[in-house]
Amino acid sequence: MADATISGGMPAGREARPVASGPVLAADGTPLKASLARSLRRQKARALLLIAPLLLFILATFVLPIGDMLFRSVENRIVGDTLPRTVAALREDTAPVPGEPAFVALYEDLVVAEEYKRHTQLGTRLNYEWGGASSLFRGTGRAVARFGTDVYTDQFQDADPAFEDGAQWAAWMADEAVRAALPETADAYDAWAQFTTEVGNDDPAEEEPGDMVYAALHRDLSAGAQPPGLPAVDVTGFETVSIKELLIEEDDAWGEPEIWNVLRLYAPAYTPGYYLNAVDLQKDLDGVSVRPENDRIYVTLFVRTMIMSLVITGTCILLGYPIAYLLASLPMRTANLLMILVLLPFWTSLLVRTSAWKVLLQQQGVINDILVWAGVVSDANRLVMINNQTGTIIAMTHILLPFMILPLYSVMKGIPPSFVRAAKSLGANDWTAFWRVYFPQSVPGIGAGSILVFILSIGYYITPELVGGTKGVFISNRIAYHISTSLNWGLAAALGTILLAVVLLLYWVYDRLVGIDNVKLGG
Amino acid sequence: MLQASQTAPFVEFDRVQKSYDGQTLVVKDLNLSIPRGEFLTMLGPSGSGKTTTLMMLAGFETATHGEIRLGGRNINDVPPHKRGIGMVFQNYALFPHMSVAENLAFPLEVRKMDKAERDAKVRRALDMVQMGQFANRRPAQLSGGQQQRIALARALVFEPELVLMDEPLGALDKQLREHMQFEIKHLHDRLGITVVYVTHDQTEALTMSDRVAVFNDGIVQQLAPPDELYEAPVNSFVAQFIGENNTLEGIVTALDREKCVVRLDSGDEIDAKPVNVSRVGDRTRVSIRPERVEFNKARLRPDAHTLRARVEEFIYMGDMFRTRLSVAGNDEFVIKSRNAPDQVRLQPGQEIEIGWLPEDCRALDAA
Repeated sequence: MADATISGGMPAGREARPVASGPVLAADGTPLKASLARSLRRQKARALLLIAPLLLFILATFVLPIGDMLFRSVENRIVGDTLPRTVAALREDTAPVPGEPAFVALYEDLVVAEEYKRHTQLGTRLNYEWGGASSLFRGTGRAVARFGTDVYTDQFQDADPAFEDGAQWAAWMADEAVRAALPETADAYDAWAQFTTEVGNDDPAEEEPGDMVYAALHRDLSAGAQPPGLPAVDVTGFETVSIKELLIEEDDAWGEPEIWNVLRLYAPAYTPGYYLNAVDLQKDLDGVSVRPENDRIYVTLFVRTMIMSLVITGTCILLGYPIAYLLASLPMRTANLLMILVLLPFWTSLLVRTSAWKVLLQQQGVINDILVWAGVVSDANRLVMINNQTGTIIAMTHILLPFMILPLYSVMKGIPPSFVRAAKSLGANDWTAFWRVYFPQSVPGIGAGSILVFILSIGYYITPELVGGTKGVFISNRIAYHISTSLNWGLAAALGTILLAVVLLLYWVYDRLVGIDNVKLGG
Repeated sequence: MLQASQTAPFVEFDRVQKSYDGQTLVVKDLNLSIPRGEFLTMLGPSGSGKTTTLMMLAGFETATHGEIRLGGRNINDVPPHKRGIGMVFQNYALFPHMSVAENLAFPLEVRKMDKAERDAKVRRALDMVQMGQFANRRPAQLSGGQQQRIALARALVFEPELVLMDEPLGALDKQLREHMQFEIKHLHDRLGITVVYVTHDQTEALTMSDRVAVFNDGIVQQLAPPDELYEAPVNSFVAQFIGENNTLEGIVTALDREKCVVRLDSGDEIDAKPVNVSRVGDRTRVSIRPERVEFNKARLRPDAHTLRARVEEFIYMGDMFRTRLSVAGNDEFVIKSRNAPDQVRLQPGQEIEIGWLPEDCRALDAA
C-alpha cells in the first residue's frame, strides 16, 4: 500500500505526499483498510445481488456450454466403456494383430455391447478415425449372438445336466471359492447376469446362462482350475473353436492390423485425436503424421477464414471510415438522420439481406443485367459474384459495416474540431492535418471496430453458407456440419476450441501491438 | 506603443460582414485596424461576434462581405495554413498523441525545417515559457497551466507576427489565470508581436490590452484603451459591461457643452456630463462608478447637487467597503470606499446624502 502513493505521472514541481510508515489506523484503532472493507461490504453485497441474475444466466448459457465443448473435444470414454476387456487385453498384447485372448475379450465385450445396442455408437465414433469401422461393428455385433461358441454349451450340458440349471449357476457364482477358482467364468457370468436383468428384465437364476459363460468356463477348466462343488468334467476331450478364427471369418478386417491400431490409439479416456484431426493430422503408432492429401481440409479452411475475415475487416474500414467521418462532422440533426440509415440494416432480417445479395449478385441478377445492358461485360462473360469468395466478402462487408461505423463514429465524435484547426493554423495543409493529427486520434475507433468485425466474421455462419458456395465457406460452416449432419461433436468441439484459441491469441497480439486501452467504443 | 500605432495598419477589417444562415448578421459592418505590435482584445458577451471575427481572421470562417487585410494584402482567399498566424485555442488543442516537443516541432516540420534547427527552436520556445524539462511529457501528463504554456509556446515557435488567442485562460483557476495574464503580456512586450485576444472577462481585457474592442450584437461598441473604456464609456452597454456601474434614469432639463442637469424619475435633480444626449427633453440613463460616489459633504463642491440615500447593506471586503444604498427609487445603488483609517463604516438604516463630481456622472443613451 505504501508504495502506491507515489505515481510516476505526477507533474514535477508538485511534491510527493509523505508516505506513512505503519498501517494507517481508523479513529477506533482498527486498521483503516479493515474499517473501509467493513463499510463497503454492504455496497458490495448489493452490487453482487444486482448482477446475480445475469451472472447465473451467463453461467448457464455461456460458461457451462463452453466448458462442455472444451471437454468434448478431448473426451473419448466410449472405447474404454464399451470394450473394457479388449482395452485391457490389448495392453498386454502388442502384436499388430493380437492373439486369441484379445479376440475372446472382444467377443465378450461385443456380446454385452450388442445387448445394450452400444456397438453401433462405437462403430460411428471409430469410423471418424478409420472408415469402415461403422459397418464392421454393426455386422460383427449382429453375428456374435449366433457364434459357434454354443459347442461349449452343448458339451457341458451333455456332460452334466446341472450346467443347464440357472439356479444352480446362481448358487455357484455366489460362492467366493468358486469365483476365485473360475475368474473368467465369474466375469462373464456377471456381465451376462447384468444385461439379463437390465435389458431382458429377467431373473438370471431362472435363465440358462449365455454361450460366452460356457466358453469362459471351458477356458478356466482348460487352464487347470479345480472349482469346489462343481461336477467334475474332463474338458481335455472337448471339441474347441477359436474365437479369433470365428471373428476373422465373420469379417476379414479383424485379421488386419488397422482396426487394432485404431482401438489401441483410441483406448484412453482422453485423446488429442480430435485436435489432430482438426489440423489435418492423424495419430498412428509411431506418433503423429500428416493426413493424406485428399483428406486435408481444415487447415485450408482455417487459413481461408482468417484471410477472408481480414479482407472483410479491411473493406469495412475503407467503407466505414469516410462515412463515420462525415457523420461526426455533420450537424447533429443531419447526422442523426444518416445514422438511422446506417442502423437500418439492423432492423432487417439477416436472411432477407443475404437473400437480397443473391438476387443482386447472381449471374442472371440485377448487377450483371445492368453491366450487360451498359455494355461493360458481354452476355457470355457475365461476372461470377456469388457462390464464391467474392459473394461472401461483399455480403458480409455489408452486414458487418455498422459494427465498424458505430465505434468509429463515437470516437470521431470525441475529437474536437479545434485539433484540426490548430494543425492548420500551425501551417499544415488539409492532408497533413488529417494524417498527422486527426487520423492518429481515430485509431482507437479503428481498433475497436476491427476487433468487433473480425471476431464476428471469423465465426460467421449463415451468410457464407448461403452465398459462399464451396470456395467461400468458413470454418464455422464445417463446425455446423459436424454438429448437425455428421454428428461428430468431438471434432466440432475441437474446431470450435481452436477457433476460440485463435481469436484469443489475436486479441493478445492486438493488445501487445495497439494496446487494449486504446480501444474506445465511446467518445 | 505610441510609435507602433503611428505605422500603417497591420491587420485591417474593411466593412466585414458575416452571416451563417443568410438571415441574420453575426458580424455587422466591422471596420477595425490593428497596428503592428498592438495587443488588441475583443471583449463581449457570448454571441456578440467576437469569436466569429477571430475565426475569420484565422481563416476558419469566410467573410460574407468585405475584406480582411494582413500587412496590406487581402487574405480572404488565403487558406488558414498559408496565413502564418499563430493561434492559441480555448482548450489548448495540444495533440494528445505527440509529446510536448513533438507538438512544438509540428509547425516547424510542416515548414520542412531541418532537424537541428527545429530542435534549437523547440528548446528556445520551451525555455521561453519555462517548460524546458517537460519536453518528453505527453500533454495529458501536464496541469492546465502547463498545457497553457505549451500551447502558447507552440503558437510562437514558428515566429508568427500575429498571434490569435481565443479565451486561452478560460479553463484556469483565478490565481493561475492572473499569473498567466502577466506572462502573456510580458511575452508580447518582449517579442513585439501583434496579439488579437478574445475574452469575455473584462478584468482580463483591462489588465492586458493596449486597446479593447467591446463587441455587442455584431457591432464594435467602443474601441479604446482600457482607462478610457472604463472612465469614459460612450454608451450604456459599455458602461454596464465594463466594471461595476450605478445607473439612474431621468430626463435632461438643461444642457450645455460641459454639463447637463437631469431630473430623475423620483423628481430629484443631478448634474452630469452629457455624452449621448443631444437636446433638452431627451430621456437618459446616467452612469456613476461606485468608487466615485462621495458621501462626505466636506469633499463635495458647495454647489453640487446631492441625493438623499438610505443604507441597505454594508459589506466588508477587506481592502474595500461595499455599501448598498437605496437612491431615488433604485435600491441596487452601490458605493465603494477604500478601507482607510479614517473611513466611516455606514450602518444599515442610516440616512445619508451622496454626491459626485459632474464629470464622473455620464449621461448616456436610455437604451
